[in-house]
Amino acid sequence: MKEIQFEIDGNQVTATEGMTLLETAQSAGIFIPTLCHHEKLEPFGACRLCIVEVEANGRTKLVVSCVYLSEENIIVRTRSEKIDRIRKTIIELLMAHAPDSPKLQDLAKEYGADKDRYEKEASFCIHCGLCVRYCAEVTKKNAIGFVDRGIHKEISFIPEIAAKECNDCKECFPLCPTSYLQAAFVLTEALAFPATSKSESKE
Amino acid sequence: MEIDRVDQIIDKHHGEASSLLQILLDIQSENNWLPREVLGRVSEKLDVPLNQIQHIATFYKAFSLVPKGRHQVHICVGTACHVRGATRILDTVEDAIGIKPGETDLDLKFSLETVNCLGCCALGPVVEVNGKVHGKMSPVKTSEVLKIYE
Repeated sequence: MKEIQFEIDGNQVTATEGMTLLETAQSAGIFIPTLCHHEKLEPFGACRLCIVEVEANGRTKLVVSCVYLSEENIIVRTRSEKIDRIRKTIIELLMAHAPDSPKLQDLAKEYGADKDRYEKEASFCIHCGLCVRYCAEVTKKNAIGFVDRGIHKEISFIPEIAAKECNDCKECFPLCPTSYLQAAFVLTEALAFPATSKSESKE
Repeated sequence: MEIDRVDQIIDKHHGEASSLLQILLDIQSENNWLPREVLGRVSEKLDVPLNQIQHIATFYKAFSLVPKGRHQVHICVGTACHVRGATRILDTVEDAIGIKPGETDLDLKFSLETVNCLGCCALGPVVEVNGKVHGKMSPVKTSEVLKIYE
């Protein structure tokens, strides 16, 4: 494997070919905030929070570090005035959907984001895709998926599969940054298979 | 829709997962909608998880997961048709069939949708039924057009 040398926040780091900026930064102990990243899952690039500045050939561009592959001789900045401003806005936009999420509240404190900047449209889901991807890639049960698109996009359990698999699994539950997943599951359970959950809780 | 027919359509596309979209389109055009059992069958035969099929079937507007009527009525409410009185046409159709845009009547005769432009603004207001364009509509003409369809 070819080794790639470049700079993150003034530190010289080494990556092997095919590593993303985020992975390289994490292996060098440099922290980049993320919401949709999970080490067991393929990069998704949904939350955009891991955005960083990359300087190459004298030009600076903004990239999402979880999907951007490491390159030779680039200079990466993970905290700059510009990056902080962008992250603040991203957090504020996400908080219009999920104002009470502890993870978002911590980030808001760090970046000085105002949760009331944008009008609330509390859908509680921020479309990080962690549950959907974990169910498809790690547990391979495919019990939950996205439905619809654009502003109507939401997560949805497949009742037939969820009734069989979810009660014994629930591995995706701790991944959700907003707890909306749990709410969606309880709703599906109540609508589609209330009997099974009752008989199990008696055991 | 019969499962045998679904299998035939899938076999026509050699049961390949990459043909999923075309298979769904074929089923949609033959059956007018995608029943859940059919999606389950497609998922089984193509070995594509149901959550992915559901994602695709809800993503494209060409697919419907609820029964559609025998006749698809599309009413243009784009800018040109709007200024030429599309809202009055829409009201007439809503009253005549008794449904709102996005709905289907109980005898599965008509499905009503609004669209944003059909590309023939000079004919506005435009009503399209089963792909046939009816131009320069008035409320009276619209009721007459609807009577043609059984």
